[in-house]
Amino acid sequence: MIQREEARGKWDIITGNHAVAHAARLARVKVVPAYPITPQTTIVEYIADFIARGEMDAEYIRVESEHSAMASAIGAAAVGARTFTATASQGLLLMHEVLHWAVGARLPIGMAVVNRAVGPPWSIHVDHQDAISQRDTGWMIMFVSSNQEALDSVLMMYKVAEDDRVLLPFMVCLDGFVLSHTYQPVHIPDQGDVDAFLPEYKPKHWIMDPEDPITYGNLVMPDQDYMEMRWSIHESMIEAKSVIKEVSAEFRDRFGRFHGDLVWKYRADDADVVIVTTGTLASEAEEAVDVLREKGENVGLLKIRSYRPFPTEDVVGVADGRKLLVVIDRSISFGQGGPLATDIRSALFTYGVDTPVVGFVTGLGGRDITYEDIAKMVAIAREKASARELRPVEWYKLKKG
Amino acid sequence: MPTEIVVPVSPPSEAVVGKTGLWRVFRPVIHKDKCVKCWTCALYCMEDVIDEGPDGYPTIDYEFCKGCGICANECPTKAIEMVPEVRE
Repeated sequence: MIQREEARGKWDIITGNHAVAHAARLARVKVVPAYPITPQTTIVEYIADFIARGEMDAEYIRVESEHSAMASAIGAAAVGARTFTATASQGLLLMHEVLHWAVGARLPIGMAVVNRAVGPPWSIHVDHQDAISQRDTGWMIMFVSSNQEALDSVLMMYKVAEDDRVLLPFMVCLDGFVLSHTYQPVHIPDQGDVDAFLPEYKPKHWIMDPEDPITYGNLVMPDQDYMEMRWSIHESMIEAKSVIKEVSAEFRDRFGRFHGDLVWKYRADDADVVIVTTGTLASEAEEAVDVLREKGENVGLLKIRSYRPFPTEDVVGVADGRKLLVVIDRSISFGQGGPLATDIRSALFTYGVDTPVVGFVTGLGGRDITYEDIAKMVAIAREKASARELRPVEWYKLKKG
Repeated sequence: MPTEIVVPVSPPSEAVVGKTGLWRVFRPVIHKDKCVKCWTCALYCMEDVIDEGPDGYPTIDYEFCKGCGICANECPTKAIEMVPEVRE
C-alpha cells in the first residue's frame, strides 16, 4: 500500500469488520438487509449501531435468511437505493441463486464476504471456497489484504459498479478472523471527501416504480435476447477492468492511498520467480519476498486483487520472460486443482507464454500459512520446475505427504 | 463505446405467457346463494382474476384462473366449490 500523510479524516485502530461497516456508512448506503453469520456478524452489528446512534441514515431490514437478504437487496437497488449487505460461507452459498438475479437486473449492489471455509465439517476459519464458488455468477469479486484495503475497496467498488459502462454487483472479500476480527490502524476518510468521490447513485438504465409497474425476469424463448443479455454481462465485466484501473487511480489522487488496481505488484519488476496469490496470503507473501531477497533470491509478488473480472493481460505481462510462477490457492476445484492456477495457465497458454506454473493448494479450513511456508513452497516449486515435474496441483502442508 | 446494457424488464401485458386458465384441473364455482359479497376471495386471489360481475357478485375470469383453490379455502361461508374439469 502507498499512503500519503495529508489525507483528511481520522485514524483509528479497528477490526476489518468495523472498517467495512465504516465504508458502508461513508458510502451513504440507504438499505441494509442483514442476516448474521460468523465471522461476518459484527459488520451488520456495527451498521445497526451506526443507525441507532443516528450516524447513518439507512433502512435496516432484519431478514429470515441470506436468500431473502439478497432478494431484499435486489428490490431496494431496483428502486434506486444504494444497497449493502454482508455474508460468509454457507450464507453466501444460500444466496447463490439470487446472486444471478442481481446480475441479470444489472444492479450495483455492494456486499462484503468474510471468507470462511464451507462445510462439512463445520469450520469457521479462513478459506476462499465460498467466494470462489460464486465465480460464474457475474459478480465482480475482489480480495483484499488489510483492513484499510477493505474499507477503501468498498468505496472504490461502488464507484466501479455504478459506472454506466459496468452496472454489475460486487463483493469485497476479506479473510475471516485474519482481517475480520484483527485490529489494525485504519484511516477513516472524511465524509466530504467521500461524497465528492462517490456521488449519489442515480440509475439511468432502469428503475422500479410502483406508479408504472414492470416485470423483471420474464420468460424468454431461445430466439429472444437471453444470449445477448449474457453477452452484454460479459462485455461489461471486461469493461470493468479499465474502470477499476481508472477508479483506483482517482482514489489514489484524492485520498493518497493505492492498493493496486486489478493486481498489486511487490518487488516483481526484476524478479525471476513470481509468487501469485491473493487475500492475506499475499500480504504474508510480501514478507516471504523480503526474506528470500535477503538470501539473494530474485523473488517478487503478483497479488490478484480482482478475481472477476480476471486480470488476464496483467498476468500475462508479468509472467512473460520469468523463470517460474508459484501460484498459491486457498480453495480447490475438485478434480482439477487451484482455481487461480487454472485461470493463470489458461491466460498464459492463450497468449503463447510458456513460463512454467507450479500451483499449490494450501491453507484450507484456516490451516496457518506463514511467510516461512511460502518460502518453502517457492523452494519446492523450483525443484519441480527444474525436474520438469509439472502437475495440475501440488498440495502443501497436508498432515500426510 | 460501452456495451448496450440490456435488462430483462417488460411492462405488464395480458396473456404474455398464454391463457393460464388451461393449466386448471379444478374449477372454482361460486354459489351465489351462500355468497355474502365479503370479497375475501378477490383479496386472496394471486392471479387477480376475481372481479365484480354485472350482477354485483364476484365473477371469475376462467381464461386466466389457474384453479389453485385458495379462494375456496379462504371463503368464510364455503360458497366456492372446486369442481373437477372434465372434457365433455
